[in-house]
This record gives sequence, C-alpha cells and structure tokens, in this order.
Amino acid sequence: MAKVLMKGNEAIAEAAIRAGCDGYFGYPITPQTELLEYMSRRMPELGRAFVQGESEIASINMVLGAAAAGKRAMTSSSSPGVSLKQEGISFLAGNELPAVIVNIMRGGPGLGNVQPSQSDYFQATKGGGHGDYFPIVLAPSTVQEAIDFTILAFELADKYRNPAMILGDGSIGQIMEPVELPEVESKPPDKPWAVTGCKGREKNIIRSLYLLAGPLEARNVILQKKYREIEANEQRHAEFMLEGAEMVIVAYGTTGRVAQTAITRARDEGMPVGLFRPITLYPYPKDAISSLVEQARVFLVLEMSAGQMLEDVELAVKGTVPVEFQGWLGGRVPTPSEVTQTIKEIRTKYLK
Amino acid sequence: MPEGEVVFARPAALEDTPTHYCPGCTHGIIHRLIGEVIDELGIREITVGIAPVGCAVLAYHYFNFDTVEAAHGRAPAVATGIKRVSPENVVFTYQGDGDLAAIGTAEIVHAANRGENITVVFVNNAVFGMTGGQMAPTTLPGQVTTSTPTGRDVKVDGYPVKVAEILAQTTGAAYIARRTVTQPKYVRSCKKAIKTAFKTQLAGLGFALVEVLSTCSTNWGMSPMEALRWLDENMIPYYPLGDYKVIDEVKALP
Amino acid sequence: MFEQIIISGFGGQGALFAGQLLTYAGLEEDREVAWLPSYGPEMRGGTARCTVTVSDEPIGSPITDTPSAVIALNPPSLEMFEPRVLPGGLLIVNSSIAKEEVKRKDIRSLRIPATDMARDEFANERMANMILLGALVSMTRVVTLDSVMTALQKNLPQRRHHLLEPNRIALQKGWDIAQQASKD
Repeated sequence: MAKVLMKGNEAIAEAAIRAGCDGYFGYPITPQTELLEYMSRRMPELGRAFVQGESEIASINMVLGAAAAGKRAMTSSSSPGVSLKQEGISFLAGNELPAVIVNIMRGGPGLGNVQPSQSDYFQATKGGGHGDYFPIVLAPSTVQEAIDFTILAFELADKYRNPAMILGDGSIGQIMEPVELPEVESKPPDKPWAVTGCKGREKNIIRSLYLLAGPLEARNVILQKKYREIEANEQRHAEFMLEGAEMVIVAYGTTGRVAQTAITRARDEGMPVGLFRPITLYPYPKDAISSLVEQARVFLVLEMSAGQMLEDVELAVKGTVPVEFQGWLGGRVPTPSEVTQTIKEIRTKYLK
Repeated sequence: MPEGEVVFARPAALEDTPTHYCPGCTHGIIHRLIGEVIDELGIREITVGIAPVGCAVLAYHYFNFDTVEAAHGRAPAVATGIKRVSPENVVFTYQGDGDLAAIGTAEIVHAANRGENITVVFVNNAVFGMTGGQMAPTTLPGQVTTSTPTGRDVKVDGYPVKVAEILAQTTGAAYIARRTVTQPKYVRSCKKAIKTAFKTQLAGLGFALVEVLSTCSTNWGMSPMEALRWLDENMIPYYPLGDYKVIDEVKALP
Repeated sequence: MFEQIIISGFGGQGALFAGQLLTYAGLEEDREVAWLPSYGPEMRGGTARCTVTVSDEPIGSPITDTPSAVIALNPPSLEMFEPRVLPGGLLIVNSSIAKEEVKRKDIRSLRIPATDMARDEFANERMANMILLGALVSMTRVVTLDSVMTALQKNLPQRRHHLLEPNRIALQKGWDIAQQASKD
C-alpha cells in the first residue's frame, strides 16, 4: 500500500474513523486541535456525529452518552483539558462504558505551555479521577503507531468495556511521517447492555451509583477482576538492541525514539545498552521488565517529566538492580546528544 | 368476574415499586405525568431517560424504560451524546435545580442554544434536597436553608436563577414553559406541557424544557399541605407560571 | 543516508512549507522521512521552524541538536543554528535579512540574498524559501530536484496552482546559484 504523509493528530482522527468511530466530541486546545478540525470535516461527510462541546467536561459526557447508546465514541484534548475530563472518565469506568480518549500532552502544571511533555503519566495510568479504576493507556512513538494504537484502543475498550487512552506528547501530535492507513474490519461486539430503547427486552440501566456498601463492594470486586485480567493479557512493549544490554533504558513515546538514536550511537562505541519501550502504560509491562533484572546491571529511565513512570520501573525491578533517572521538565524535549552523555556517565558509574 | 372498563391504571412506563421520595414530595406526581405522556405517545420502547444527581438519581428504578445516570449537571451533555448517535431514540433528562441551575448551567445553556433535539424536565424545589436542604441557585431571597441559616442574603448569595426566562432567550430553544403540580388544575396543565415538550422532540423541532415548581416539605420544614401552600404563595410570584418560548412550529403541533 | 535539516525563519517566510516539500520529496523517493514543526503561539509572527529527517533507515529521534544542514531565513535563526551545524555540514543563509557573515570554517556555507531576489525577480518575497531550498537540494543531494518538483505538483493546494510555475523557477534558480557557487 502506498504511504501517505500525515500529521499525528490527523492520523489519529483518520484511524478512529476507520475503526468505526460513530461520534466525536471535543474542544479546541493546542497541540491537539488538528484532530478536532479533521473530525469536523470528515465525520459529517460520513453521516456520523461531530459536536464541538462547550467544554471538555461536556465533551467527555457526550462521549459517555454515545458510548451508553452502544456506539463507538471518542474525544481528544491536551493536558489541562484532560484534567477536566477526569470526572467523565471515572464515570465511564464506573459505568463500564467503552470509549477512547486522546491526550496529546503539553507542559504543566497549570496552564503550563504547549510544548511536548510526558508529565500526565500518573494522571493517565493511576486512574486520574476518583475511585478504584484504570483506563487502558497506549503510548505511540510514531505516527504509524498512533494509527495502529488508536484502532487497538477502540478494540480493547469494547473488549473490556473500559475507557482506553492514547497518551502522546505534543510532538506525536505535530510530527508528520509517512504512514499506511489500514482498512479496518470494524466489528464492534454486540452490546446488549446499551440504552437503545427497551423494545423486546427488559429495560437497561447504566449507572455507577450503589448506595449500600455491600453492593458497591461487589461492584468493585468485579471491576478489579477485570483489571487483573487486563494486566494478565494486555501488557505490550517494544525492544531495541536489548540483546546483551547491561544497561537497559526504559522510555516511551518520543523519549523512546530519542533514546533509540542515542543507543545506536552508544552501541557504535561499544557500549552494551538497549531500549525497553513500554507501549501499554496501563497495564504496565512489568512482567517483561522484571525478567530483565537477570540481564541488566542498571536501568536508566528517561521521561519528559520529573520521574513518574520511574516508580513503575522501580516496582517491577523491586530493588534488585539500581534504577537511574533523567527527566526533562516544562516542555523541553531531550536531544540524542544529551542522552548519549547520560549513557556515558551511567556506564562509568556502573559498568566499569 | 364482573365485567368492567379500566379507567385508571399505572402507566406501563412506570415500575410497580414504591419510591424513596419523602411524603408530600411532588417528584412522584411529575414521574407519573412523564409516565402517562410516554404511554400516550407510545414511545416507551424507544425512550432513553437521563437521571440526574440529586433526589431523582434513583429515577431509573421507577421508570420502566432504558435510563442512564449522569454526573452532576451533565445530563444535557449525556443526552446530546445519545441523541446525536441515535436520533431514532427519544431522549429526555430529568434534572433538579442544583443539577441544572448550578453545576450544570454550561451544559443546559449550550444544549438549548444548539437546539439539541432533546426534552428536559426541570424540577425546581428551591433547595438542594438530597444533601439535606442547602441553598440552591433557585432558593428564594430570605429563604432559610441549612447553608443560609439566617435566610438567603442576596448581597452575599446573589439572586435566584430564573431558568425558564434565561433559556427562553436562547435562539435554539423551541419550547420553554414553567408549570407546577400543587393543584389539580396545575397538574393537568403540567402534563400538557410535558407532552408538548416530548412532541417537540418527536417532530424534530429542537430543544424543549418544562420547569416544574416542586415542593420539598422535608427540607422546607413543613407539612405537605403547608409546603403546597408555601409554593403557591411564595414561589409562583417569583417564578410565574406560563409559556416562555413557543416557536410557531410547536404552536402548530397537533 | 541520514540527513537532518532545520529550516528556520520568521512566521510567513515559508519555513514550514519548504520543510514539508522536502519531506514529500523524500517520500517520493521511498525514503524514511519525518517533519517536526515548532508550534504554538510563536507560529504567528514569531519564529517558525521545522526539522526534516530523511534517512534510509527507520528514524529514531526526529529531533536533533546537530543538524546536518540548516537554512537560516532570518538573523535569530542564523545566530541560533550556526553553532549547531554538524562539522562538515551545510549552512545556507538568507543574506537579504541575515547580514552577519558565517564565522565557522568547519562547515560549508552559502549566502544567498533570497528575499531581494524573490522580490526583484518574482515580485513576491515569499519565493525566497524556494530559492534557498533549491540551493540546499543542490548542495546536499538529499533528494533530487525532480522529486521536489513532483512533490510540489502533488502537494501545492489547487487554489495555489497559479504559483506552481514561479515556485519551479525559484527552485531551479536556487539550484543554479549553488551550482555556480561550487564552481567559483
């Protein structure tokens, strides 16, 4: 298939359309606005729903409505907007409704700036809103992955009746790369629980309120069982030059790509270093990281944050091997030279 | 068995179950009116209701059709999502004054202004019921609540929000009316308005809302009869009953 | 081959479009490509720049602090990127606006008064980016000029097709200037 050049934001939008997204509801915010603009053109052409909501809060609740109606629904935003969506994401999880949320992260806290960042990792992977729940979180590092993971997000969301999130930094949204747009056999599962009108069946109720402790506990037990199932089945990651690597760099998204270039240079200089790049941030690919402690003499976590994913690596490594960290704050993106320098320092400290 | 004609029965759109509402609360009457209207229009099997946060959060136990529970104030957004992807369904929200006129003002104003083809039943009892009688945006000046212990001071708390009047200003709204259910004549008029609001949606004419002045004898600290009288004497003068916006196409509805 | 090219200037000078064109040209040749823009409020009137990567291998970092070539359309870009060009790399300067001489001796450089030429010869200052891009393609051979021309034909929006011919001439002009300079 011929490759086409697409911007990350537009590619995610097109992928969602191909995945059978029936309704998109969003609100403009840099650096994801092209996604909303693309949807505003394409969705009406296809006879599907597009609404520019009055806020991120309204938009995520429109998504909730469309998901409750049994349709594939999506919203997108960037960090401050995703904070506003947390109420709705918690309700999606509590109601067990499938939906896809895209967060093209920018620098924070507060209004921050519009530059690329990965500082929403905690918010995305630890629940984000109130209550015991997890959205499934996928982290693309290229535009092609942004497409593939968007399609996967719709599938996983439907499979587990759970919100799924695409977590990319600003440069994933803005970068243009050649991609192949797959033809998707969009086959959402039957949704007998959806509110479609009760003709020929008992009424359906979609809710998350259980006034008594007992029933709510039972409800949570069911949800937790589902999360354990997701953790058992859906951990995903990519590897680069891990063979013989004594230093294992753990980085996702754009940081993973930058690390890849630095690792190539370091390998040229004979340094035994490789990359472990998480693709699912929830469920975190902890099993694969744990299995690397036999091989690795040191882990180096790189993030465009003050050290959020770092905690998940430390949990997986369980103190058996040192875990070092380098972070970039406030929308600054690492360069390969900076990473190469860090690799050299870590080598001097641990591998000599 | 003696032969006979059934002249009064529970609407099919209502469940055969006691409600949790306090004695004297008018939610029950309003539920019943909605049930009757849905039956009469023959739309039970295509209707999706949105329950609010507030006393009516459990409405899905009492309505006998598909329902979704929304976050506080977000019912119009949830309804928008459903109606946009499933226009064949009849979608309505049932919201209280805290839900619609405080935390959900953005959602209701924009749903109305988009001319969203949904129906809203807005129950205004001038108080936050479920949390125990705090000031609502619709609490009257001087009215004592658990968060206005010396009465609502408009200099501190601002003025009661007149929802029907505000929403009638939105260009997108097709039908905006205020009714109450304190007397039989009002009940009949309220049912007619609710029916018009559903017919507006069925005809694809856009946003329709009926504000229903309602009692909360428990939180007002009154007997049910006192509460009905207090509403008539205090709320109706501040919130006059009537039609606030009826576009020509709605007027022409059969 | 692995080239990372930064094109940088004021908003409105066409840095982003020139970069996109180069990226499309790379795609025409079935190479791995990436175009990463600077973005945000600065896009309007402030600095606009992009990094174009053209490679035979899958691209790791689309970001570089050591570009193999730079087009500096304005003085701040010259100041910022001259020190960063990879030794042996290329720096092309729009000398109509960026008047400082290139100080580094370990890189190739070419100064073209592109804005003046665009104004004088095309009555359109916005052709400067194409002149400079033509020169860059000539001096790096990162793609062929044919590929750039094809990419232009395919990707210039229909409503701008009256600009196709002037763009082509400007690209050729830049190419010729660079050819001439390499002979001198």
